Amino acid sequence: MKKIIKYIITDILRNKIILSYTAFLLAISFTIFSLEDNSTKGLLSLLNIVLIIVPLISIIFSTIYIYNSAEFIELLVSQPLQRKKIWLGLFTGLAGSFTIAFLIGAGIPIILFEATAVGFMILAVGILLSIIFVAIAMFAAVKIRDKAKGIGVTILLWLYFSLLFDGIVLFLLFQFSDYPIEKPMIAVSMLNPIDIGRILILLKMDVSALMGYTGAVFKDFFGTTTGMVTSFLILALWMICPLLISLRKFDRKDL
Amino acid sequence: MYSLPGMCSIIHVGKNEKIKTIKEAISQAHELDTVLVHGGYYKEGNIFISKKIVLKGIDLPTLDGENKHQIISVKANGVVVDGFKIVHSGTSSLEDIAGIKLYDVRDAVVQNNVLDDTFFGIYTQRGINCLIQNNVLTSARKQEQASGNGIHCWKSDSMRIINNTIKGHRDGIYFEFVTNSVIWRNVSTSNLRYGLHFMFSNSDSYISNIFRYNGAGVSVMFSHHVKMFNNYFEENWGDGAYGILLKEIADSYIDGNHFIKNTSAIYMEGVSRTIMVKNVFRNNGWALKIQASCMETELHDNVFLGNTFDVGTNGSLVLNNFDGNYWDKYEGYDLNKNGIGDLPYRPVSMYSMIVERNPPAMILFHSFMTSLLDKTEKVLPTLTPENLADTKPLMKLPFRL
Amino acid sequence: MISATNISKQFGKLMALDNISVTYPAGECIALIGPNGSGKTTFIKSILGMVVPDSGKILFKGKDIAHDCHYRSDIGYMPQIGRYPENMTVGQVLEMMKDIRNHRGSLDDDLINDFNFKSLLNKRMRTLSGGTRQKVSAALAFMFNPEVLILDEPTAGLDPVASEILKQKIVREKEKGKLILITSHVLSELDDIVTQVMYMQDGKMMFYKPFDLLQFETGENKLSKAIAMIMQQNQFSDIL
Repeated sequence: MKKIIKYIITDILRNKIILSYTAFLLAISFTIFSLEDNSTKGLLSLLNIVLIIVPLISIIFSTIYIYNSAEFIELLVSQPLQRKKIWLGLFTGLAGSFTIAFLIGAGIPIILFEATAVGFMILAVGILLSIIFVAIAMFAAVKIRDKAKGIGVTILLWLYFSLLFDGIVLFLLFQFSDYPIEKPMIAVSMLNPIDIGRILILLKMDVSALMGYTGAVFKDFFGTTTGMVTSFLILALWMICPLLISLRKFDRKDL
Repeated sequence: MYSLPGMCSIIHVGKNEKIKTIKEAISQAHELDTVLVHGGYYKEGNIFISKKIVLKGIDLPTLDGENKHQIISVKANGVVVDGFKIVHSGTSSLEDIAGIKLYDVRDAVVQNNVLDDTFFGIYTQRGINCLIQNNVLTSARKQEQASGNGIHCWKSDSMRIINNTIKGHRDGIYFEFVTNSVIWRNVSTSNLRYGLHFMFSNSDSYISNIFRYNGAGVSVMFSHHVKMFNNYFEENWGDGAYGILLKEIADSYIDGNHFIKNTSAIYMEGVSRTIMVKNVFRNNGWALKIQASCMETELHDNVFLGNTFDVGTNGSLVLNNFDGNYWDKYEGYDLNKNGIGDLPYRPVSMYSMIVERNPPAMILFHSFMTSLLDKTEKVLPTLTPENLADTKPLMKLPFRL
Repeated sequence: MISATNISKQFGKLMALDNISVTYPAGECIALIGPNGSGKTTFIKSILGMVVPDSGKILFKGKDIAHDCHYRSDIGYMPQIGRYPENMTVGQVLEMMKDIRNHRGSLDDDLINDFNFKSLLNKRMRTLSGGTRQKVSAALAFMFNPEVLILDEPTAGLDPVASEILKQKIVREKEKGKLILITSHVLSELDDIVTQVMYMQDGKMMFYKPFDLLQFETGENKLSKAIAMIMQQNQFSDIL
């Protein structure tokens, strides 16, 4: 499997998109931190990048890459290699490349300008979201044969996780505003990895605003060690579940 | 009072002195005498002082109320209580038992005392021109009912509360019907309810105090002509906690205060003709929660940095002036380089309105959708009060931080 | 060497393989023939484990291939359209395959030499023509001295010279006693190599018999003509 990972990472690194993604992250983070005299605003812009751009690029690039590598995968499958290892190799290669890209693109500026709890939380969430959306992309790509349809579906998935889901949550919040819905909301937010990541950062960034009654309920959950561990475990599930389902599917897929 | 030689004498109290108890010394003392209490442990129940004397401790003698008694009761004008350690007062839900209580006196001085585990700390009723300074008051009682206020003044005038440290009481400093007084350089932290509780008290000033980690912050209510200068309000966290809660305040002046990391830095209700300048609001959840019942309040040269929400409000009526403040979230420009932004700044974000109506919506803060809502609202204001704007936002900080 | 029993595979409504049972002994060169969409490639892919049959069993050297991958080190596969990571050079692809196969024994460089790969080694895969890619696929299929060669339309897109080189290579390998499975539309090319013919139509195996028997039955020497004859007969039988 190491060999497959090696070849996939070299192949992805040769691809200009991932290099431009790294450069884009690097440029934008440096601009954010050097232009803003006030680091809170910089972090806020970085937060938007982590919550919007990172999942988008991860999911779309990974999907396209998997579709474009169909023949390469076919070639590998015809070799004496286990399918599971091929698929895991592909995942590790993609996830690894995105992690490296994010670590360089956002990690270096964060460590230079904002080596605080918020900064490191943003870094951690960014890396986790990169990996999660690679896993989701692999799930979509193995499920849908047609490339155009597959890319369309991944864009919809991204739109769902970054926008529609929160719209539904807001709708629910107003529908049930007469009830104590703080705790159910925590459960609902677990259904969206972007939301989990966002709340984890929110707790570091806007901790004062979250100290009101409602915020305190969130803080009581996410702020404690148990809550943090739970959230990170659920983020890990968001990584593992799509990957495992796609792995099962790929193991039986006809190429 | 010390300048009358021959008329006043010094009476020593201590283990190795002729007089062993403070009560005996006081009973022997005449007006203007000094009772010097040497270091040691004294359990004498309630000590009454009904003559104008100086009661001074040397090497911090301890007076123990054995959880039963009020410890010192002052019932004469001009008494000085200086340098005692006063511990374990009684607790009562019927009367206000204190470490040191001043009854209807004037010109008393309470200074350099250490109070530990008292119900009320230093209590004044109908006091005039008393000085309470350099005391350290600590209480570790957990429940509000079992805990009294640190420095409690009721129906008093011309009081000076200076450089005291108050910790863990119900209210750190309590003022009710107190006028023409000053609260200066005190540190009031970790009190169960308010760091400073201030009601029906007019023409007072509080200056350079620090209020930190109090259960509900500071509350200033039903008063006028109050001046608040250079105080620090920090990390007062909770739903009902405010850096300051201002309610029914008029003709007051709030200048140069720092509000750092409070859930809500200032909550204003029914505030009128009040001027707020050069205050710094930093990393608060809400810098200002201003209810529609406020009017003719002027804010200028204030600095807003890193607050989650700058201003929250409950209505669309705006009778206050927000012109000329520095807002870090301002995104306008200054073409004529006069230091004033050419576009107005609207400090009320749409999402703060949503959260105001539906607090759990906070869980969606900073999401893509809420950012979109905020951006749309900036272009086409529908929910936020259109008149609540700073038409002359500052491009640079008005003063150095 | 390879035996399939009751292999069926359905893609949606299409019956791609319909209850196929066949045994390929070593040393044979089998022509897998049939019209487009008859299931030839699907059958090859089933043997390679790239398509998982709905039912039936495939044994390779007596072992079930399901959930196994090691048997593939004995197979050289040349796909119909060989596509490789676009950003890699020919040299890198060859190196990668050597690396992945982890082949012990000696490497077969015949085709690499005969196709004159030296000048190609530094070219990126995306710059190559279809024919050149086919050459790469062919070279890879033979490189590891496999006991079984599966060639899907091997000569399609190759120029006549390369086509001839490949044919010679196939003949040489056949003489070494390897099992060779070829699908091809261009039937004339297979005449001198083929020993067995397997004919498929609509996912069914119509027949599987030695080439000389086929020649005898149809009275035709050329494979193409023999097949044409069979197809005509089938049509007649359909009409009748």
